[in-house]
Amino acid sequence: MLPEKFLRWFAGRGWTPRAHQLDLLQKARDDRSALLIAPTGAGKTLAGFLPTLVELSVPTSPLRSSSPLSPRSGGEGSGVGGLSARTTGSELAETPPTPNPSPPRAARAGGGGRTVHAAPSFANLDSTGRGVANSRGLHTLYISPLKALAVDIARNLEAPIAGMGLPIKVETRTGDTPVSRRQRQRRYPPDILLTTPEQLALLLSSDDAPFLFGSLRRIVLDELHALVTSKRGDLLSLGLARLWQLAPHMRAIGLSATVAEPESLARFLVPQRGGNSEAADIVVAGGAAAPVVEMLDTRERLPWAGHSARHALNEVYELIKANKTTLVFVNTRSQAEMLFQDLWRMNDDNLAIALHHGSLDVAQRRKVEDAMAAGKLRGVVCTSSLDLGVDWGDVDLVINIGAPKGASRLMQRIGRANHRIDEASRAVLVPANRFEVLECRVAIDAVAENAQDTPPLRTGALDVLAQHVLGRACGEPFLSDELYAEVLTAAPYADLTRTDFDDTVDFVASGGYALKTYERFARIKQDRTGRWRVTNPRVRQSYRLNVGTIVEDTMLKVRLVRGGKGSGKGSTGAVARGGRMLGQIEEVFIEGLVVGDTFVFGGEVVRYEALMEDHVYVSRASDKDAKVPSYMGGKFPLSTYLAERVRKLLDDDRAWKALPEQVRDWLSLQRDVSRVPGVRELLIETFPRANKHYLVCYPFEGRLAHQTLGMLLTRRMERARVRPLGFVANEYALAVWGLGDISFMIRQGKLDLGALFDPDMLGDDLEAWLAESALMKRTFRTCAVISGLIARRFTGEEKSRRQVLFSTDLIYDVLRKHQPDHLLLRAARADAATGLLDIRRLSDMLLRIKGRITHRELMRISPLAVPVMLEIGRESVYGEASDELLAEAADELVKEAMS
Amino acid sequence: MPGLVPGIYVFLDDAKTWMAGHRRAEATPSFRRLCPTMTSVAIDIPPCSSVTVAGATLVVAGVTLVADLSGALFWEEQGLLVVSDLHLEKGSSFAMRGVLLPPFDTVATLGRLAAVIARHDPHMVIALGDSFHDRDAHGRLSTNDREALSALQARRDWIWISGNHDPALPSDLGGVVAEEVAIGPVTFRHEPSGAAGEIAGHLHPKARVSTRGRSLERRCFASDGERAVMPAFGAYAGGLNIRDAAFARIFEATALMAHVLGDRRLHTIAASRCY
Repeated sequence: MLPEKFLRWFAGRGWTPRAHQLDLLQKARDDRSALLIAPTGAGKTLAGFLPTLVELSVPTSPLRSSSPLSPRSGGEGSGVGGLSARTTGSELAETPPTPNPSPPRAARAGGGGRTVHAAPSFANLDSTGRGVANSRGLHTLYISPLKALAVDIARNLEAPIAGMGLPIKVETRTGDTPVSRRQRQRRYPPDILLTTPEQLALLLSSDDAPFLFGSLRRIVLDELHALVTSKRGDLLSLGLARLWQLAPHMRAIGLSATVAEPESLARFLVPQRGGNSEAADIVVAGGAAAPVVEMLDTRERLPWAGHSARHALNEVYELIKANKTTLVFVNTRSQAEMLFQDLWRMNDDNLAIALHHGSLDVAQRRKVEDAMAAGKLRGVVCTSSLDLGVDWGDVDLVINIGAPKGASRLMQRIGRANHRIDEASRAVLVPANRFEVLECRVAIDAVAENAQDTPPLRTGALDVLAQHVLGRACGEPFLSDELYAEVLTAAPYADLTRTDFDDTVDFVASGGYALKTYERFARIKQDRTGRWRVTNPRVRQSYRLNVGTIVEDTMLKVRLVRGGKGSGKGSTGAVARGGRMLGQIEEVFIEGLVVGDTFVFGGEVVRYEALMEDHVYVSRASDKDAKVPSYMGGKFPLSTYLAERVRKLLDDDRAWKALPEQVRDWLSLQRDVSRVPGVRELLIETFPRANKHYLVCYPFEGRLAHQTLGMLLTRRMERARVRPLGFVANEYALAVWGLGDISFMIRQGKLDLGALFDPDMLGDDLEAWLAESALMKRTFRTCAVISGLIARRFTGEEKSRRQVLFSTDLIYDVLRKHQPDHLLLRAARADAATGLLDIRRLSDMLLRIKGRITHRELMRISPLAVPVMLEIGRESVYGEASDELLAEAADELVKEAMS
Repeated sequence: MPGLVPGIYVFLDDAKTWMAGHRRAEATPSFRRLCPTMTSVAIDIPPCSSVTVAGATLVVAGVTLVADLSGALFWEEQGLLVVSDLHLEKGSSFAMRGVLLPPFDTVATLGRLAAVIARHDPHMVIALGDSFHDRDAHGRLSTNDREALSALQARRDWIWISGNHDPALPSDLGGVVAEEVAIGPVTFRHEPSGAAGEIAGHLHPKARVSTRGRSLERRCFASDGERAVMPAFGAYAGGLNIRDAAFARIFEATALMAHVLGDRRLHTIAASRCY
């Protein structure tokens, strides 16, 4: 099936094409879109590009190369006439798809016979085939979630292209690409363009889009499983829908790790048409060796709570020492900081151990990545920042500290070790506390069964749709009917109602307010033919500056300066400006600090000195212990799937023998003094302690859902006069405490647990809480930014960010009161169902446990309650925290429970 | 303004606004004396009956005022209610520039203003500048909002102090337009100068309080006993942290207190303990 040239090249390297690589080639010849499911190390990328390389391996005959490819000036909307003429021309000349391995290229109309040559010089890292004359137009688009990956792929493509002497030009386009090259790419596109979803959106919003993409034959979507779980996936799907219109012959290849529902992922790759869902063909790469995953059998005492796994530090260090290169994954940046510090404190062998997380300075991260690629490092402590991306090659062990959170996530992490597919990846799980032992145990079983728990495909978000609509109006004007039909072809939006679509267009035009006062300020307007177009160039400019769906927490730059005088004076203190840049940190975190507090950042303990504009000034602190960033629980809650397995494991005491002895003893004791929660029931324990009364329940639904539950429960308990004071949640349990004697009230029939946990709390109580919830306000802000209501950056004014123009919290309050069904509030609600508030999961749980509540009235704290009770003081406590509780030592609690 | 008898001194900035003041003043019985040739006018105000109101007390230059939870200031014995930085029509002001903020801010602000006026029933209201977000904002008031405003102005004196956002207000808004107003030892003006006895707005003070990794940020009154800066009253008005250098220039640092607007009451916290 492979052309001779390719067979020789494969043979020359001692390779034979893998079955799935040939399968993809066949799919391409059959003119089918395909989803390749393959573990890392399976040669996924080459497989994705093989059809393109084969098709382009035959140089364009001079007869076919024609048009001078002169796009319009690239500026604002000049005449549409020339464009449509060109588009029509190319459509006429387009050869219908054929199973021929080297289909003739789409020739351009206009018949000039001139061949356009590439610009003579540009940085070689991100382009190949400099001398190649390209008159065929863009053939293949490659989309990756990481711009670093795009650059890396360009590098990797260089080998086969140069090795076979293929006449193919490859270029990257990311946020870092200089303006001059971006402009040139639009006029003289390469054969293969490697880019990100955001850059694709930008390209599609330009007048040149029909010209640029008219010739497109293939689109390769890398790490598709990661892209589709977020709003970036929504944006990409809308881009795809547009491309299907511009280039009807384009076929897609999706590259994905193993997912729970490949069939639904395959829908993403082809246009949806009405009721019967279309899907791409699925190609599964087989032959991967099963990974070897163990749980660290610690010699130390297993902690009751916490997430640092400090107890296992020595053992982790020994593992790094015993292997060539180890990736140590942790769940949060602060854990990474802490672990990195601890490892260096004991690093007597001077092992090259590095740190990698998302808020370190980019240059510093690159340095680590390069050292890693060069095989110079023995260990890298990292967060999910290394979940995706560049192949490292020689990693021989992955250590996962703390809870794995999800089976698929864990498998992808393990896949980072040993990128040779036929060798088993090795991983060691290090649970940081007793509950995490349970989670690690069930995760190992899930890996053995190859059970997946990736989330289902999203329903497209309305704020992303709003951004896309504005983008469309920035390019060629559109008709509502046509755009609606187009949007429906995107899998996440296949069920979008016409009303929601029209509301979105109305929102983009004049805000979508019940009070129609902004018609004269409309950003887009219909012309006489009914087509929507932007009303002024400023709108276009603002769209371009704000494209994308990643709205990060406001980040502040951290700079290292010499220490102050010891007594900080807050934001006006005299601290020398300048200083070395250490990285970035969330504003939310800094807001919780007072001057003089210490925290770990960039691998050292630093002291907070001052905050000026968007810079945080810190000095080196002499303290060994820091007020470390509080554990934020990681971005991802425990998956529903693992949670269910944990409940099953608990319920089945014969399965306990797979657990460490310490954990078995703990569970046995729980069984004796209280009860071990059953699979479907909700166990609630109540007990008094130090003049307060506690209610602890074990829903196992993740910290976010528990937090929401805590907020709602305390409202209800307040009404029931239990006088709650506060609550704390972890991944497994929720503890609420108050002044009222909860046990007594239940005994007297004054408090009905069934009523307390009734799903109706998701009605008025939820409404009332959402009105003031800081999490909801954060969610709203994200929607406001993505939808384009407010700008990340305003055109023309580079105002200091801290000079607040207006606050989205205030807008939220006003909008909620005056137009509660506004599009943005609807979008924010949809996000709240799964995001920071995890309301859907809470609602599923409440329905599951209805009528299945088991109450145990205890004289004192139970063994199972200890971990969550220990979080009090560690975690943010909601409601009015009682200070005496915070002061209580952890040991005391444990002694009490185990006596 | 030393040595003057207790009363109101209205500084009229130019003939145009003076005319506005004049017409309004004639129609208002409590304006006893008005002199067109002078730039300052003294008016006596009959003391009103004492009303008990919830809120913290704020002392400025020996005068005790009630800091209302809404962000307004009430001088009980004068029957005077002061609100600052209403920024009416801020939403439409942004909309003109392409940022389509919800157009409900004016109605929200006036609604809150109506509530606090109903609670205190003042003889006089001073809007302490930046009442409108831009020079043309008053022209964009909807008919309903205009009527709501007129209803609030009925049966009481109303003084618009001009601010940097609304330096030249027209005459048809009702009330008197002035640069500043002095009553007894207290002077009301938009931009704080740091003078003793001054009550100003302009800066939109807010305070952040942090405890154990959590922090809360709210609007506040800033005061050191000799002068005060009021929080912004407008629905969309942002804020400036009380630890900003702008406050250090005006206030006595050690005496500066933030009277923070909580959910149910005001909390008085030393500014040095805010971040």
